[in-house]
Amino acid sequence: MDLTPLFKPRTMAVFGVSRNNDTHPANVIFNKNNLRYPVQTFALNPGGGSLQRVPLYPSLSEIPVGIDLAVIATRAEIVETVLDDCLLNEVGAAVIISGGFAEVGNHRLQERITDMAREASFPFIGPNCLGIHCPTKFDTLFLPSERIIRPELGNLAFISQSGGILVDQMLKFAGEGIGMSAGVSIGNKALIREIDLLKYFDQDPATRVIAFYIEGFAENEGRHFVQAAQASPKPKVVLKAGKSAGGVAAASSHTASMAGDYQVFSEIMKQYSIAEARNELELTAFCESLSCFDQRSIQGRVGIISLSGGHGVLAVDTCIAHGLEVPRLLEETRETLRERLNPAIQGIASLQNPVDLTGSSIDSDFLAAADILSRCQEVDSILVLLLPYSPGTSPDIGAKLSLIQQRNDKPMVAYVPKEEKYRIIVEGFELYNVPVSSTLEGSVQMLEALKRCRKC
Amino acid sequence: MLNTKTRNIIEQSRKRGWVLEPEAKELLSSWNFSLPGFIWTSSLSRAEAFAQEQGYPLVMKIVSSQIMHKTESKGVVLGIDNLQLLRETFHRFSEYQGFEGVLVEEMISGTTELIIGSKTDFQFGPVVLLGIGGTGVEIYQDTVLRMAPLTEADVGFMFDDLKGKALLSGFRGGTGINFAYLTQMLVRFSNLVMDLKDIESIDLNPVICTPERAVIADARIILKQN
Repeated sequence: MDLTPLFKPRTMAVFGVSRNNDTHPANVIFNKNNLRYPVQTFALNPGGGSLQRVPLYPSLSEIPVGIDLAVIATRAEIVETVLDDCLLNEVGAAVIISGGFAEVGNHRLQERITDMAREASFPFIGPNCLGIHCPTKFDTLFLPSERIIRPELGNLAFISQSGGILVDQMLKFAGEGIGMSAGVSIGNKALIREIDLLKYFDQDPATRVIAFYIEGFAENEGRHFVQAAQASPKPKVVLKAGKSAGGVAAASSHTASMAGDYQVFSEIMKQYSIAEARNELELTAFCESLSCFDQRSIQGRVGIISLSGGHGVLAVDTCIAHGLEVPRLLEETRETLRERLNPAIQGIASLQNPVDLTGSSIDSDFLAAADILSRCQEVDSILVLLLPYSPGTSPDIGAKLSLIQQRNDKPMVAYVPKEEKYRIIVEGFELYNVPVSSTLEGSVQMLEALKRCRKC
Repeated sequence: MLNTKTRNIIEQSRKRGWVLEPEAKELLSSWNFSLPGFIWTSSLSRAEAFAQEQGYPLVMKIVSSQIMHKTESKGVVLGIDNLQLLRETFHRFSEYQGFEGVLVEEMISGTTELIIGSKTDFQFGPVVLLGIGGTGVEIYQDTVLRMAPLTEADVGFMFDDLKGKALLSGFRGGTGINFAYLTQMLVRFSNLVMDLKDIESIDLNPVICTPERAVIADARIILKQN
């Protein structure tokens, strides 16, 4: 089944556009695509007529061009007829927004439309979903543009069983400057399921990281999913809902009692190198970090650079709590570093790990420490705790440090307090893909993500 | 591909819903897993003859379709070291409901007890569990899971994930277990569970480990309810 028309439509037809209800989902979808996106969009209504001088087409056959993507937001009982029309007119794919299927017990109707589509090799997302958001291309979310916060175009594909989680994560991704190649709400996932999208985005050159919000798999579907994931070299992140639900009641064996649904899920994710985020904060941190780096198989030996001793120690504690190591630096590494520091701090800087450059440090000290840690064998990743309060730290420090990561290709992440006036530093780091967090915890999670993509 | 013995034992046990321990051991023995020498008999004289041949100490366990949890029913006696205790235990067990004989077996001693298990998971199919075993298995809760079939690398990561790994390696001068032997055993066990159909879960617990090998001292195979 070819999913290209789902994600790269040139033309789109929106079914169910109302002549008099501006807030009808179909109207919202038609308007935003017609006004804001390059996709050529047509509105359909069986009664014809027009909407704000735009024609409403009574049927697909009257639209003068071929349609790549149909967006169906009609009542459930009409969907079958609409789907028939799509197949007859050789539409490429559909997003079925309409609810009223398996989620309310209407399994037979859902099976009928699924069988129809499967027989015709016609891909559809849904039903009962928000559909697809592809930044700068098109958007089938029936939420008004002015109400939602949209990430920029980027390399993260996020697939969510819940539409609400998709929209909320888009806001969080946007807040951290994480760009998306696509966000997909799959709803009842009657035909196109996680595994199909995993395979599609694995082949999509614009996507670098594939993330999922998963509530559950069908029988044996989890097995096929991890096997497909194993075949894809791209990093995968999963957030699982329903961790606490359904303990095994009165199991008759120790194995059955200790292998609860979630334990099995979580440990198999490790086995298949899929980074499982424990909550939505980790999901965001993992996605940000993985979308920045090519080098993703670190063991987790972190070199920490700070100008505050206290932050250094707290960062060590956080690293250990997240299963990362903070190894001692070799004498030789320390000596090389000391020689490159400015004379004012040579005698007072502590060059163990964490490297504490003190409040008297200047930009060149940070650059020397980052450069040397980037080249030494003792650490495989760098955490920069950038507290921009001391006079020797310039606004250019972020950009300068990100250049070092660009040159040396050793993953670097930064902690910078979240204040508008330090934004120039954050943007500097992001210039060459150094992910920044406004919490110590978040910055350590970003490093952990790189380790969690390893098989273990 | 399942052998005839395995297919027959599973078929015969279907009505009961689980496999009697001596049959589970015969099944595992047919796949070349290490088991204690044992005899399943309802005759005291044959039990005595086995004792004479095998030598003490021995273990005796009740075999009854009505008793799946033997320890909880006081149906296991360890360290039988004389004929009188053997006879007394036999007589006591023969009074149990659904008595189908006793299992008399060689008493294996080792440094560590592990649990190796399997379960057919709804979403992922057969999975294998490894953990610190014995009767305290659910107290320690030190177990890891992976999807079957396992590779040798998977087994390595499973051992790495156990909190009690240091104990297995020979803590404070103690002797460790044979990781290479157990790795092969787990890989073969995972292949077996891929071939077995209609299994709800399997417990091999305890698996008694010595520096040389690992012996399955008890085995419970529960079939899927239809």
